[in-house]
Amino acid sequence: MEFILNNLLTLILFIPVLAAIVILILPHDQVTLIRWTSFILSLIPLGLSLILWFNFDPQGKGFQFEQVNEWYPALNSSYHVGVDGISLTMVLLTTLLTPLAILASFSIQERVKPYMVLFFLLEMGMLGVFMQLDLLLFFVFWEFGLVPMYFLINQWGSEKGEREIWKGRKIPARTYASFKFMIYTMAGSLGLLLAIQMLGAVAGTYDIPELVIRWNSLSHPVYGLPISTVKAIAFWAFTIAFALKVPIWPFHTWLPDAHTEAPTAGSMILAGVLLKLGAYGFLRLVLPLYPEQAKTYAGALAFLAVMAIIFGALASYAQDDFKRLVAYSSVNHMGFVVLGIAAAAYSAGSIDANIALNGAVLQMFNHGLSAAGMFFLVGVIYERTHTRNLSDFGGLFPLVPVYGGILIFTSMASLGLPGLNGFISEFLVVRGTWPVFTLFTTLSMIGLFFTGAYILKGIKQVLHGPLNVHWVGHISEINPREIFVMVPLMVLILLIGIWPSWILNVINNAVSMWF
Amino acid sequence: MQFPLLSFIVFTPMVAGILIFLIPADRKTEVRVAALAAGAVALAMSIVAFFGYDTAAGGYQYVERYTWLPSMGISYYVGIDGMNAPLVLLTGIVMFTGVLISWGIDDRPREFFGFLFILATGVFGVFVALDLFMLFFFYEIAVFPMYLLISIWGWKVTREYAAMKLTLYLFIGSLVALVGALAMYYTAGMGTFDMLALEKAGFSKAFQIIWFPFVFFGFAVLGGIFPFHNWSPDGHVAAPTAVSMFHAGVLMKLGAFAALRVGIMLLPEGAKFHMPWIILLTLVNVVYGAFIASVQTDFKYVIGFSSVSHMGLVSMGFATLDKAGMLGAGIQMFSHGVMTALFFAVVGMVYDQAHTRDIPHLGGFRKVMPLVSLAFIIGGLVSMGMPFFSGFIAEFPIFLGLWQADPAWLWSNYAWIAIIAAISIVITAAYIVRIIGKVFFGKLPGEFEGHIHDVNTLDKVALVFLSAILVIVGIFPRIMVPLVESGVDNILRLLGGA
Repeated sequence: MEFILNNLLTLILFIPVLAAIVILILPHDQVTLIRWTSFILSLIPLGLSLILWFNFDPQGKGFQFEQVNEWYPALNSSYHVGVDGISLTMVLLTTLLTPLAILASFSIQERVKPYMVLFFLLEMGMLGVFMQLDLLLFFVFWEFGLVPMYFLINQWGSEKGEREIWKGRKIPARTYASFKFMIYTMAGSLGLLLAIQMLGAVAGTYDIPELVIRWNSLSHPVYGLPISTVKAIAFWAFTIAFALKVPIWPFHTWLPDAHTEAPTAGSMILAGVLLKLGAYGFLRLVLPLYPEQAKTYAGALAFLAVMAIIFGALASYAQDDFKRLVAYSSVNHMGFVVLGIAAAAYSAGSIDANIALNGAVLQMFNHGLSAAGMFFLVGVIYERTHTRNLSDFGGLFPLVPVYGGILIFTSMASLGLPGLNGFISEFLVVRGTWPVFTLFTTLSMIGLFFTGAYILKGIKQVLHGPLNVHWVGHISEINPREIFVMVPLMVLILLIGIWPSWILNVINNAVSMWF
Repeated sequence: MQFPLLSFIVFTPMVAGILIFLIPADRKTEVRVAALAAGAVALAMSIVAFFGYDTAAGGYQYVERYTWLPSMGISYYVGIDGMNAPLVLLTGIVMFTGVLISWGIDDRPREFFGFLFILATGVFGVFVALDLFMLFFFYEIAVFPMYLLISIWGWKVTREYAAMKLTLYLFIGSLVALVGALAMYYTAGMGTFDMLALEKAGFSKAFQIIWFPFVFFGFAVLGGIFPFHNWSPDGHVAAPTAVSMFHAGVLMKLGAFAALRVGIMLLPEGAKFHMPWIILLTLVNVVYGAFIASVQTDFKYVIGFSSVSHMGLVSMGFATLDKAGMLGAGIQMFSHGVMTALFFAVVGMVYDQAHTRDIPHLGGFRKVMPLVSLAFIIGGLVSMGMPFFSGFIAEFPIFLGLWQADPAWLWSNYAWIAIIAAISIVITAAYIVRIIGKVFFGKLPGEFEGHIHDVNTLDKVALVFLSAILVIVGIFPRIMVPLVESGVDNILRLLGGA
């Protein structure tokens, strides 16, 4: 026990790697064995995260469970992990969604072994980003997460669909989507990489807490430019990389493609955790490193966020593809996270900033739950009907009443119905933003209205209306395994909706401590 | 007396090569077994040398010195420091895996392995030489067998042309460098070719500025520096697989390393003066090389030009004359060597089965050769500088060096070079991902159905070995970093300051 508590973060981070190695040893034709082993092994990080959660002191100062080890001394970079309230909730979200996604992947038939191995590597990559307090290793994990996701989309993505690239040449849609995902994100992180190098060269350390102090105390010109200019350039380099990942308008175009083509579990993780990496980057790096620049450009950031909210909702409403509808809803919901962050950057130190940030972090967690649930439910119906076209469904409620109930419940969480989790976080964001960016907040309400519209559109097209008789006898009810995936998500959605203080306590302490 | 480890490493291939020539030509299996044994011995000894090097003590170790031609001041003088220890290991690795994957060569294997091993002796010799004359001596030994290997066992379409082009280019380069070396020898007036002595010769600044370009470019031709790079893709493509591995994996490092040891270390003032414009050439290497690679349709040319791009990063790292930059360049030499050996091995395996290297005609190889595909993916990730692979460990410090460097004149910093060079990362990612998607995934063309088979066990051993090294160095940089760092410190002492 002593050992576990002393190395808790390291264990959570690298047990997925061990799990991947175990899976690698298993014979590849024992599909059932591989599935169950993966599921059971993925519960270990979850169990350890719960230990972490209950041993975490919500009132504690600074980072907890810190560990420092030598990694690349020549570059002043070390393996430094630690969590505060913000990263703790993200670690919990990641380790919670991974077993559920693996359970959701039991329907994968082809090449189960490499699939599971990639999934564990993906988990490791995401956890690393949330835990690392060393900027270089932060980038290492940030970039590495791309690789498994690329292959998951490219190899296990939906088999139908083609995209025309140019001159009538067509390639499979999943190839197109995965390539776009890879190149977009790599190009986005290029600026981040350069800025990180520059920071390291100027400040002489990659340790984030130390770097924040040294970087903010710089006053002399570097590279022949005034320090404020250099900081502004570096600010935008960081911001664009993170904005691409969140994604905020107009950097979002990779997302609908990647989400739509990814396998169900891939979409769950993509929407549930990967998008949070970008928002987390804003909180952990952009705000502490560039408080002044963030304040200067907060208006621009808020504008982009509002655009994401409005256009995300409108685009979502216009979709005929159920999965694309859910994909655009992520753009819409993540817009609120960025809006909250922008407001906090502008009014740093005030009570409004505190409320907005609480809302933003909680919204990250909430969107993780509801988006993962929504993508899973889309996957459930797709496996039965092999179509995602909304006009092919209709009136399915009587055929699949339990599925229908779960779908409505999860949609309502996404819509922001009071009593469920989405309401709490969106309310906090809007409450915190209102005194700071009144006009933008008002405009975001338009987006919120269309959120209601597209959610209802989705429900109506699938469950209500005249029954499409084609499906009678061809569609089966959601099975116990699938219900089991949804239960933890629904319990948390309801719990946070009714009694949010258990998680807000942890978040609030971190937010008040840092900002 | 201490065990002469380096001499054993240098001459094991040579002796093995001669012994192999004594085996009757038709006893092919015996030839192969003998070659493999020699490769294993050389690898084992280079591992001993690498891990036996005492980083804390630093300096040159395993030093051996025997007078050879005293009247001229030439001696057989060898030793390793942090800079060349990884390269000796690299040569051992490439030699061993090269033998493994050449098992199937059926056309005069005796001569093939014989020449290959003479080449290996030359390479080992250059890396460990501490005497300028010896360095040239081994350098020519390394270049000449290349001509025979390419023109006899190479790709029938271009082998004569490529072999000729390669040899002439390198010949001219080494002659130019030789002129510079002779100038140093006579100007120093110490009557010795001992490089450690020449380091202290105290050449005047004007002398260094005049002669540095001769020495540097003479060797850098072999390192593939722009605009003298275009022998290299042709040479890579025409060479048989094991020779391509040697050629791109080790021989190009020979050029970069000699340019460092003779150019930068003996003429540091010249280096400081010329590097601010030479770095522009390396920038062209990096970005233009990547771009050219991305538009090739021949699988092997893609890899050939990717080597030009990656070797550009090595020269760029050296050109920063900064601690981090040179550290990165030192690691990049090792990392690129292993990676490109892996690449060429994979290309060779694909070609052996498909008999074409035209990318649009390939596809779906994952289904028949899963391990080969995995190896290529790992190599590809190294190549695009993905974290957790050795490429990142090497390229990050090179870029950091650009940010930290303090050019002597012409520019006040290299920040903008870092920004432009970074474009190559995305281009590399794009062409690597395209190849992975097309050649290894995608659809298996009908004409290959049933005609292509998985590779044999020896090939698999070679691939696993090379891939494992790339991953291990990527995850645990400290296996190699402190060693190279100690070598870099030595260079910085010569450059004065830091």
